[in-house]
Amino acid sequence: MSDTHAHSVAFVRTETLPELPPPASQAGIVKWMRENLFSSVPNGILTLAAIYVIYLIVTSAFPWIANGIWNADSLAECRTILDGTTGACFSVLTERWNQLLFGFSYPTEHYWRPSVAFVLLFAAAAPVMFFDLPRKLLIFTGIYPFLAYWLIWGGTIFTPLFALVGLVIGYLVYARFVKDSFAMGFFGGVIAALMTWFIGGYITEAIAPAEPFLEAVQSRNMGGFMLNMILGVVCVSLSLPIGIVLALGRQSDMPIIKWICVVFIEFIRGVPLITLLFVANVVLAYFLPPGTTFDLILRVIIMITMFSAAYIAEVIRGGLAALPKGQYEAADSLGLDYAQAMRLIILPQALKISIPGIVNVAVGLFKDTVLVSVISMFDLLGMIRGPILSSTDWNGVYWELFMAASVLFFVVCYGISQYSQWLERRLATDHR
Amino acid sequence: MTSITDPPQGSFRLSMLINDTRYRSYTFQFIALVVLIGFMAYLGMNLVSNLAAAGLNISFDFLGDPAGYDINQRPIEYDSQSSHLRASVVGIINTLIIAVLACITATIFGVVAGVLRLSNNWVVSKLMAIYVEIFRNVPVLIWIIIIFSIMTVSMPSPRAFRGDDPSSSMLFDTFAFTNRGVYTPKPIFDSGGWIVVAVFILSIIGIFAYRRYATKKLYATGQLLPTFWPSVAMFFVPAILVYYILGRPITLEYPSLQGFNFQGGIQLRGSLIALWFALAIYTGAFIAENVRAGIQAISKGQTEAAASLGLRPGRIMNLVILPQALRVIIPPLISQYLNITKNSSLAIAVGYMDVTATLGGITLNQTGRAIEAVLLLMLFYLTISLLISAVMNVYNNSVKLRER
Amino acid sequence: MKKTVLFGALTVAGLAAGMASAATLDDVKARGSLNCGVTTGLVGFASPDANGVWDGFDVGVCRAVAAAIFGDPTAVEFVPTTGKTRFTALASGEIDMLARNTTWTFSRDIDLKFEFTGVNYYDGQGFLVPKDLGVSSAKDLDGATVCIQTGTTTELNLADFFRSNNISYDPVPIETNAEGQQQYLAGACDVYTTDASGLASTRAAFENPGDHVLLPEIISKEPLGPLVRHGDNDWGDVVRWTLNALITAEELGVTSANVADLAAAPTDNPEVNRLLGTEGELGAMLGLEADWAKNAIAAGGNYGELFEKNIGENTPIGLARGLNAQWTEGGLIYSPPFR
Repeated sequence: MSDTHAHSVAFVRTETLPELPPPASQAGIVKWMRENLFSSVPNGILTLAAIYVIYLIVTSAFPWIANGIWNADSLAECRTILDGTTGACFSVLTERWNQLLFGFSYPTEHYWRPSVAFVLLFAAAAPVMFFDLPRKLLIFTGIYPFLAYWLIWGGTIFTPLFALVGLVIGYLVYARFVKDSFAMGFFGGVIAALMTWFIGGYITEAIAPAEPFLEAVQSRNMGGFMLNMILGVVCVSLSLPIGIVLALGRQSDMPIIKWICVVFIEFIRGVPLITLLFVANVVLAYFLPPGTTFDLILRVIIMITMFSAAYIAEVIRGGLAALPKGQYEAADSLGLDYAQAMRLIILPQALKISIPGIVNVAVGLFKDTVLVSVISMFDLLGMIRGPILSSTDWNGVYWELFMAASVLFFVVCYGISQYSQWLERRLATDHR
Repeated sequence: MTSITDPPQGSFRLSMLINDTRYRSYTFQFIALVVLIGFMAYLGMNLVSNLAAAGLNISFDFLGDPAGYDINQRPIEYDSQSSHLRASVVGIINTLIIAVLACITATIFGVVAGVLRLSNNWVVSKLMAIYVEIFRNVPVLIWIIIIFSIMTVSMPSPRAFRGDDPSSSMLFDTFAFTNRGVYTPKPIFDSGGWIVVAVFILSIIGIFAYRRYATKKLYATGQLLPTFWPSVAMFFVPAILVYYILGRPITLEYPSLQGFNFQGGIQLRGSLIALWFALAIYTGAFIAENVRAGIQAISKGQTEAAASLGLRPGRIMNLVILPQALRVIIPPLISQYLNITKNSSLAIAVGYMDVTATLGGITLNQTGRAIEAVLLLMLFYLTISLLISAVMNVYNNSVKLRER
Repeated sequence: MKKTVLFGALTVAGLAAGMASAATLDDVKARGSLNCGVTTGLVGFASPDANGVWDGFDVGVCRAVAAAIFGDPTAVEFVPTTGKTRFTALASGEIDMLARNTTWTFSRDIDLKFEFTGVNYYDGQGFLVPKDLGVSSAKDLDGATVCIQTGTTTELNLADFFRSNNISYDPVPIETNAEGQQQYLAGACDVYTTDASGLASTRAAFENPGDHVLLPEIISKEPLGPLVRHGDNDWGDVVRWTLNALITAEELGVTSANVADLAAAPTDNPEVNRLLGTEGELGAMLGLEADWAKNAIAAGGNYGELFEKNIGENTPIGLARGLNAQWTEGGLIYSPPFR
C-alpha cells in the first residue's frame, strides 16, 4: 500500500495552476454582447432592428448637419451654395439668433440686460435648489425679482425699489406682531406693505428722472425665448404661494373655504390652458374696470399663474396627505395653533416631499408657455411661425428652426428634470 | 386646543369671533364668502358696464344662426347653412375622434416603450430612454407643428400622382400618401354587410366567454384547456365563412385621382395625422415612464416567489406582476388620457376642425361673441374632465387594496 | 417670491387707469403714443422688418394719425392682432384704432359696434393658383382644396361662392398668412384665396412669382378701412379726417416733398390753405394743432405716395391703382371737401 502511496505522491501537484482566462464566450465584450444584446433569438432580432434604426437616423442626419451652411443671407443663397447636395441652412440661426432669443422689438443695444438677468437667475435659484449652500444667499434670492424686473423692463429704479421696500416693511410689521397673533401680524403686514406701495407710487411719480439709467422697454416688446423664460419663471414663482394656500384651503375643515378651493382647482384643471389664454386674450378685458388696459403679457401671466397654481396645489395636497397623522397630532399636543403648526411642522415636511412633483409641474408649465404663440404673442415659436418663416428670405426653413427651438427647450427641461431626479434621490429617506 | 377648564361662561363678546377657536372658523368663512361675493360682483359689474358701454349684450341666440362657413371633416351632416350649434357639435365629435385615436395609440407606444426600456437588451433600452427623454422635454405644440410641416413639405402633393409618368404612385394601388393626408380604401356595406360585422362582434364576445370558461374550469378541475388556437379560430373563421356564404357583401372603395384630389375611400387629413401622431408619441413618452414606474414598483420578491412556485415567465407577468402593476399604472394613465383630450385643443395650430377651432375659433370670430363662445368651450372641456375623473374614482375604488 | 413684480406692475397699471377717461383722444394724448392694431405680418400692408420697425400701407395710416396728433409719426405702438383678436383688442380699449385690412360689413358696423372711418383700399376676394394647374376660372375649381384664413369674411364669401355655383371644395383653414403661404407653396392646397391685394402681396414674396396666377374672378366686395369703437365720435373724426386729408392731399397735389413749402405761407388755393392750417381753424375744431394735416402728410406722403411706396406698381407687390385711383381719374377714392 505504501508503495502505491509513494507512487501516487509523485502525481500530486504542489502548486496551484494559474487561472485560465474564461472561455471567449464568457468574458469581455463578447459576454457583454451575449448577455445584453443577443440573449435570445427575439432579442437578437430586436437588437439588429434597433441598430438599423440608429443607422438610418445617423446616415440621414449626419450629412445634413455636416454640410450645414452657416453664412448665407437667405434660403435662396443657401440653396445655391449647397447646389443640390443635402445640407442644413443654419445661417438662419446665425442671422436671426437675436430674434429667436429676444424677439424682434427688444432694443439691440440692451440685449445685455436680459442676459445678465438670466445669469443672475442661476445665482438666485441656487440657494433654493441646493440646501447645502449658506442660507445667507437667500437674501439675494429675495432681491432678485426686483433686480430682474429692473434689468429687463428698465425704467426708473424706484418702482422695483419701493416694491421691495414695501415688502420689507410689511415683513417687519408682520414679524413685530406675529408673536401676539398670526392674523394680526399677517393683516398688519399686508396693510403696511400696501400703504408703502401706495405712497411709493406717488413718490416715484414725483422723483422719477425723465431719463432713467436703464431705458424703459415696453412689455409688448418682449419676445423670443426670453418671453418663454419670463413667463415660466414668473408664473412658477408666483403660483407657489398661491398653490400652497389653495392646498391648505382644500384640506381645511371650513366647508366654505374648502368648497371655494375645490371649485377653483377642479375648474382650472378641467379646462385646457389654451382656453384660459383665450380668456386672457379676448374675454378678460371685459371683466376689468372700464378704461383699464393691462398689457397682454400681464393678462397672460395672471392666467398661467392661476393654471399652474391649481396644479401645484394638487401636488402639495399630495404631500400634505402623505405626512403621517402623528405629525399633526404632535403639533397639536405641543399646543401650537394652526398657523404655527403649518409653518413650523407640517409645511416644511410636506413641501419637501412635494418638491419633485412641483418641479414636474414647473417643467410642464415651461413647455406650455409656447402656447402663447397661438394668441399672437411672439415667443420663440411665435417668432418662428410668424416673422421668420413669412419673411421672403427664410420662407421654407423648417427643420433648422424647429430643431433649434427643440434643442433650447430640451436643454432647459432635461436639465430641470435631471435636477429633480437628483433631488428625489437625496430626499429619499426610506432605504429601499 | 382643548382645555380641561370649563369654557368661559357668560356673554358672547365680539372679540371671541377672532380669538375663540369655536367661532373663529365662522369668522374666516364669513370673510371669505364676503370677499368672494364682493369679487364676483365687482367682476360682474365691470362686465355689465363694459358691455353697456360697448352696446353689447350676452346672448346665446347666435347658436341658432346659420354658420356660413364650411368644415372639411364632417362626421355628421353639415353644410354652410347649418347653425353655429351644429358646427360646434361637429367640432365636439372631431375632438372626441382625435382624443380616442390618440389615447389608443399613445397607450400602445407607451406600453411598448415602457416595457422595452426595462428590457435587458442594452441597445433597445437605451434607444427607448432616448425616445422618452427627447419627446418628454420638448413642448407638444412644437411636435405637432414639426410633424405637420414635415407632412406638408416632404410628402408629394396629389399633382405628383398625375400624368403618364407620375413622380409618385399609390402603395399597392390602395393607399395614397399625399401632403393633404392619407387616403385609404373604405368598406362599403351592401345589404348583408352588417350581418358579417355582427357575426364578427359576436365571435369576439365568444372568445372572451370561452376564455372565462377555460379559467373557471382550470380553477374548478385543474384541467388546462387550450386557449390560443381556439381563440384565433373563433376570431377569423365565423366571420370569413359568413362573408363568403352571403356572397361577399362588403366591398372596398379605393381612392382614385379625380380632378384636383383623390376621391373615394377614407381621407385621413394631414392635420388629423399630425395631431394624432404628435399627441400619441408625446403622451406615449409619459405613459412609458408610468408603465416603467408601475412595473418597478412591484418588488422583486413577487417575481421570485412566483418563480419558486414553478410559474413560467409569461405567466409570472400575466398572473402576478401585471395585475399588481396595473393598480399603479392606471390612475396616471387616465390622467394622461385627460391630458390628451385637453391637448387636442392645440388642433387650432394645424387647422384641424375640433371644437376649439369651430366654436372657439371661427364661430367666435364671425359672431364676435367672445364671452359666450369661450364659456361654452370651457364648459365642454370641464364636462369631459369631470366625466373622466369620475371614471377614475370608480376605478380607484374598485382596485383599492382590501385590507383584512 | 416674485409677488412684487406683479404688484409693481399693478400699481403702474392702476396709475394708468386713474388717468384714463372716456375720450380716446385725451387718452392718446396723455399716453403720448397711439396704440394701433395691425396684422401680424402682411408684406406691403403691415409687416415688421428685420429690425422690428413696422412698415406698410396700413402702417402708413397709423403713422399719419400719430403725426396728426403728436406731430411725430413714430409715436405709435403697433399691436399685432390676428383675425381672432382684432375686434376684442379694439372693443376692450387695448388699441385705439385698427388698421388691419378689415372689411367694412353691416354686422361689424352694427352688431359688433365699430365705426369704420372710411375706406383706404377697395379690395375683392380673389384666387391664387399655380400656373401649371391649368385653371383659368374659379368655376373650374370643383373639388379643389382651398386654403383660407379663418375668422375673415373670406371664408363666408367662399362658402357662398361655391354654394351658389353648386360646386364642391375642401377648405383648409389656416391662422396666419405665413402659414397659408407655406401650405400653398407645398401644394397642400390647390388654391389660396384671400383679398386680391393680399394675394398679390403674398405672391410677391414667392421665389418665382411668375409661376402663379391670379384668377380673373373677384367674388366679393371688400372695402378695407381703419376702424374705431362706436360711441366716441370725436376720436372717430380724427381718424376719418386724417385719412381724408391724405386723400385730399393727393387730389390737390400736396406731397410730402412740397408740403413744407405749401404750409409755410398761404397759397392761392383756399382748400390747400384750409387743409394745411394756414387758413381757418379746422385743426382746432378736431382738437388738434393747426398743422395736423401737414404733419400727417409729411409723415409718409399723401394717399398716392403711400400707395406707390408700399404696394404700387414699382414695388414687388405691384398693385395697379384700379378702383383705388382718385375719383378724378376714374377710381373710387373720394374725400369730402375740407371746408
